[in-house]
Amino acid sequence: MDWINILIQGGLLGGFYALFAIGLSMSFGIMRLVNIAHGDLIVLSAYVALLATWYTGFDPFLSLIIVLPIMFVLGYALQRGLLNQTLAGGLLPPLLVTFGISIIIQNGLLQAFGAYDHRLQEGQIETASLKFPGGLSVGVYPLVVFAVATFAIACLQLLFYRTRLGRAFRAVSDDADTAELMGIDNRKLYAVALGIAMIFTALAGVLFGIRTIFAPLSGPIRLILAFEAVIIGGLGSLWGTLVGGVALGLAQAIGAALDPTWQILAGHLAFLAILIVRPSGLFPRTRD
Amino acid sequence: MQSVHVERATKTSRVFAVFAALLLAALVAMPWWGDAGDMRLVGEMAYYLALAQLWNLLAGYAGLVSVGQQAYVGLGGYALFYLTGEWNTNVYVALLLAGPFAGLMSIPVSFAVFRLRGAYFAVGTWVVSEVFALFASLIAVLGAGSGLSLTPAILREVSSHRDVRDAILYLLSLAIAVLVFAIVYVLLRSRHGLALTAIRDSEPASASLGVNTFRTKFIVYIVTAACTGLIGGLIFLQKLRISPEAGFSINDWTVVVIFMVVIGGIGTLEGPFIGMLIYFVLRELLADYGTIYLMLMGAIAIAVMLKAPFGLWGWVIQRYDLQLFPVGRRLMLAASEGPFKD
Repeated sequence: MDWINILIQGGLLGGFYALFAIGLSMSFGIMRLVNIAHGDLIVLSAYVALLATWYTGFDPFLSLIIVLPIMFVLGYALQRGLLNQTLAGGLLPPLLVTFGISIIIQNGLLQAFGAYDHRLQEGQIETASLKFPGGLSVGVYPLVVFAVATFAIACLQLLFYRTRLGRAFRAVSDDADTAELMGIDNRKLYAVALGIAMIFTALAGVLFGIRTIFAPLSGPIRLILAFEAVIIGGLGSLWGTLVGGVALGLAQAIGAALDPTWQILAGHLAFLAILIVRPSGLFPRTRD
Repeated sequence: MQSVHVERATKTSRVFAVFAALLLAALVAMPWWGDAGDMRLVGEMAYYLALAQLWNLLAGYAGLVSVGQQAYVGLGGYALFYLTGEWNTNVYVALLLAGPFAGLMSIPVSFAVFRLRGAYFAVGTWVVSEVFALFASLIAVLGAGSGLSLTPAILREVSSHRDVRDAILYLLSLAIAVLVFAIVYVLLRSRHGLALTAIRDSEPASASLGVNTFRTKFIVYIVTAACTGLIGGLIFLQKLRISPEAGFSINDWTVVVIFMVVIGGIGTLEGPFIGMLIYFVLRELLADYGTIYLMLMGAIAIAVMLKAPFGLWGWVIQRYDLQLFPVGRRLMLAASEGPFKD
């Protein structure tokens, strides 16, 4: 029965990782941008939420109505002002510019908040759990987050396949030059795409900030987890990202059950193993 | 029929070679004229230059943009500490083994990360480095999370006098920088260098002309890992302590190095020199400002990437066609109608 508990917890942890990964998956899928600052943007969102709760007295869930628009605008501005200029020149420019952004965010947060750990307090829901017969116990909060992740991916799926904007996204993803010839303003579209990606990134940052402490330098590990979920699931596949997150969560939970210090390592090893067996992930869609 | 011959050096490069030799001689003599603090700084500049040359070879020529080279710095460092501490290996022998050990470890790593392309290769190499760091923090004989220290006995093996030891460690840093530069320079001037330059300029085109791109990249990856491991051994021999965070630090051993190469000019041999000098000047001027200084570094990296994507040296080449370390071949016509560049 212990093992069933462990697997359920690991699977639900995958919801967090899928949320981490959505933004990364979107920006890769649409503009082939690998955003090294992604993890730092997740952490930055948590800090924005922290400030919002301090100044307005909102609880973290409610603070989302402030955090999400701010991060959308930030994403839009970042793409419009900086990242669009890097897309023509091959691999290095976007990588290094986002590396620079990552260093600026990390040290800016250090400067503003110090190297302390923070957490967002949501109250009872954090510790509530559902008890099932046979000793099974499922945390309410992870369940809610998993539902949010599933819902978020379903919404994106609708956006991509049922709306005009989504059609434009798919068009530039397939062939940016031809899409431009058909009258799409790629630069504006990319900015909207990063804005939307940042909404999900902010959601991930706030929800994870309620579950776990964060600090100015906790971005890189979140980037790695997001990246692993994306690769395991297969580049550019949204549902694959959810599966990738769950696979990662399961590997970590199993590792942690064997020895608590093995949690992160088990996830990395599972990632490398999948990479060797199936280099294009479980459900590949985009080719680079 | 005009007679032609191939030029592999220019007048500037010959003059510069003399100048470089004089500078090197002055630096080799530094233990006799410099103080310990200066020697430590120049030694650090030397091993950073070596790391920058290696990363430039990897990313600038072979197109392997790795952000996981700290894996090999850490592996080299740990190899040195383990061999000297557990097996009582002579410290020089251990240092010599650190390189091949890192090179050996890079072979299985390459099987995994070579399956990723582009930016995903970059993050993949980072994950591998994290895996090594996590393993190091779990293994008791490697000091687990707190790491290992060098015992005084091992330091006495280098030399029992502190001044002599400082001089030896400094000269070793210098020697490694020269060695790495020589390896990169000779490699780039050889036919493999021609292949690498072709891969740098266009991978599909070079493959279609018969360059075995996979093998070339594989060799570069392993040679780079081995040299990086050797440097790692030397770095931690000087630092006297190693821990998973310090050994496998992405910021210290990769981000800083990338900064140097990009600012100086990626894909050139001169670029890492210039970038290294700029980095150390900025650091000496601004290090007191802590986080602000690092933010400024990030901003400079962004600005250079957007405004001068080939770095300072790239800008110089565009204007003056200057080469201090020529690796290319120029076809010269006897009638001196001017050179053809390759």
